Amino acid sequence: MSTLEIRDLRAGIGGKEILRGVDLTVASGEVHAVMGPNGSGKSTLAHVLMGRAEYEVTGGSVTIDGVELLGLPTWKRAHAGLFLAMQYPIEVPGVALDEALRESFAASGRDAGEVGDLLVKEAARVGLDPELLSRAINVEFSGGEKKASETVQLAVIRPRFAVLDEIDSGLDLDLLRAVSRRVEAQTSEDALGVLAITHYNRLLHELRPDTVHVLVKGRIVTSGGPDLPEELERTGYAAYGEDDAPATSAPGRAAADDPFA
Amino acid sequence: MGPTGAGRPLFRERYPLSTFTADASAALPGPAWLRARRVEAYERFAAAPLPTEAEEIWRYSRIGALDLDAFAPVTGDDGPVPEGVPDELVPLLRATGEHSAMVLVRNGRIALAHLDPALAARGVYVGSLADAPDGADLLGSVAGPVDAFVSLSTAFVSEGLLVRVPRGVVVPHPVVLLHWVDVPGAALFPRLVVQAGESSQVTVLDHIGSPAGVAVFVAPVVELDVADNANAGYLAIQELGRDAWQIGYHASRVGADATLTSSIVALGGSYARVRTDSELAGRGGTSNLLAAYFGDGEQMHDFRTLQDHAAPRTTSKLLFKGAVEDESHAVYSGLIRVRKGAAGTDAAQTNRNLVLDAGARADSVPNLEIEENDVRCTHASAVGPVDEDQRYYLEARGVPPEVAERLIVLGFFDDVIAHRSAPVPALRPLLRAAVAAKLGRDARAVPPGGGGPGGRLSGDE
Repeated sequence: MSTLEIRDLRAGIGGKEILRGVDLTVASGEVHAVMGPNGSGKSTLAHVLMGRAEYEVTGGSVTIDGVELLGLPTWKRAHAGLFLAMQYPIEVPGVALDEALRESFAASGRDAGEVGDLLVKEAARVGLDPELLSRAINVEFSGGEKKASETVQLAVIRPRFAVLDEIDSGLDLDLLRAVSRRVEAQTSEDALGVLAITHYNRLLHELRPDTVHVLVKGRIVTSGGPDLPEELERTGYAAYGEDDAPATSAPGRAAADDPFA
Repeated sequence: MGPTGAGRPLFRERYPLSTFTADASAALPGPAWLRARRVEAYERFAAAPLPTEAEEIWRYSRIGALDLDAFAPVTGDDGPVPEGVPDELVPLLRATGEHSAMVLVRNGRIALAHLDPALAARGVYVGSLADAPDGADLLGSVAGPVDAFVSLSTAFVSEGLLVRVPRGVVVPHPVVLLHWVDVPGAALFPRLVVQAGESSQVTVLDHIGSPAGVAVFVAPVVELDVADNANAGYLAIQELGRDAWQIGYHASRVGADATLTSSIVALGGSYARVRTDSELAGRGGTSNLLAAYFGDGEQMHDFRTLQDHAAPRTTSKLLFKGAVEDESHAVYSGLIRVRKGAAGTDAAQTNRNLVLDAGARADSVPNLEIEENDVRCTHASAVGPVDEDQRYYLEARGVPPEVAERLIVLGFFDDVIAHRSAPVPALRPLLRAAVAAKLGRDARAVPPGGGGPGGRLSGDE
């Protein structure tokens, strides 16, 4: 049983504070969702947790079972048990997924020889073309293939906690179900703790969260049970000083590869 | 005072015997035509001053630091040529796999030569250029005296190599040419003429190497004549030691509907320059020009290219990719020229450079000169560090930063090394390993005269 604990996390970019004291606790096997209007700091939270260089942390702490992550470089956070499925997975020309994961396994003392079989097995579970496993990461992948690949990596790496940053964008309904089922299985079979950042309710229909948090202007303004998203859909974020509402369809940014747009 | 007979060269004098004098040039052995050509080239060389960095085509180069007097042409006979393949070249030969011909040239002299007899029976020739009956017509038939070093190279050329494939003949495996230079202070002038006859197919692997700690000067000249409808591959691997200077010239002429794919992998040398001129001389011809170069320590790699479209409907695709670490320096300067009448030209020129350390530098200068309207020309050039986003992505998957950098740099070079039409694909793992060995290697940690040049092709993969 592990705990990811975020306490009074403050961070920004270019001198502008975006996260203004975030508190969140995720335990093994739990699914937490973070919703919020555009610009509330959802993606900043994801990258600050993973340690992306351009963000400055100005206060607070992030621990897994008491081990402080904020002073660690990104790759050591990964080895400490944290995984980030990116909203916009980055293309890495000339580097194949199997090659990268073999290096990841080797660096953490795991048997790199297992990577090939694990990848093939996990690709089959979400319907990712196995050809893509030995091709350059995310290069010429469709939006759906990118997200499926993130899910496959999550399953192969088996972290203790996963931050899913809008893993639902770019997915058609079938793939959304496959991805959600795979993540759900990992929470029950492997006690994966999940922090799912999303702008859409449709992910939450598939990946039923235990707790839903609403992030507005860099703070968690309310938390509730699985019914909170439905309520937000009716009332919007107005109660929290925002007139935006959770999207039932895709927002403009992901429109290009979202069939629901 | 030199020998007079034609045929196999006779080396009468001991090395090192002279600097670059007219007498030294005239004294070199060989058939009468070759000796006459040397004299003529020497006159051309002597008539003009050495180039300086003030000339655009030598801008950014280290030409001002060249001390030619520190080197002397190897003309002497220091006993029998050692016949064995130097240990350093064994992994390369093994990785190449089957070959149709192999020639080993040690210090300018042919030490070993082998050609598949079945190909010899079909008229394929792989061997001494000096010995070829029509050698006089072939030497300089593609490579003109574009600068003082081409003239110098001709003035002191030894016997040279000729690869000739008659019309319609397909050479199934690579022709492997190995140049090894290990005489301290030697100046060597390798010459290669490849004649790919009409509708023929041939791939030539041309390796040059020297041991670490041995100061040498090499000015190779390569002449690739790709006749109509022929398909020729040429892979030059440069693994000179860190005390070597190279000023090379690769000239090619591509006939109608012919295809040349030329690739350079340059890892060694102190200052190593290659000028590549490819003339698209026949309608529908294609020239694919690739290069991968990686400098560390204080190395400098210097490339000048000309894609010369002289006929209609011709295609040239150039992709040169370089990396610099430590205090090394890379220069790329290229020109696409589309001559009047070369309508329908399709030309692309791409140069990308990774700068891995703050003290390293890369210059990239693309140019176009277009005298025709109906053309498609693109050029792209980039100089920059390893992409932070790419590194972040890999790190987020648990890949340590130095491993992430290695993967990204190898991936960067894969565009060239694993290019779908790259000659001698069997060498891909070995070339990748050689690039990987350059990474993060601290040049200062190598003891004087010890170790090999960074990234020497060695070991198995």
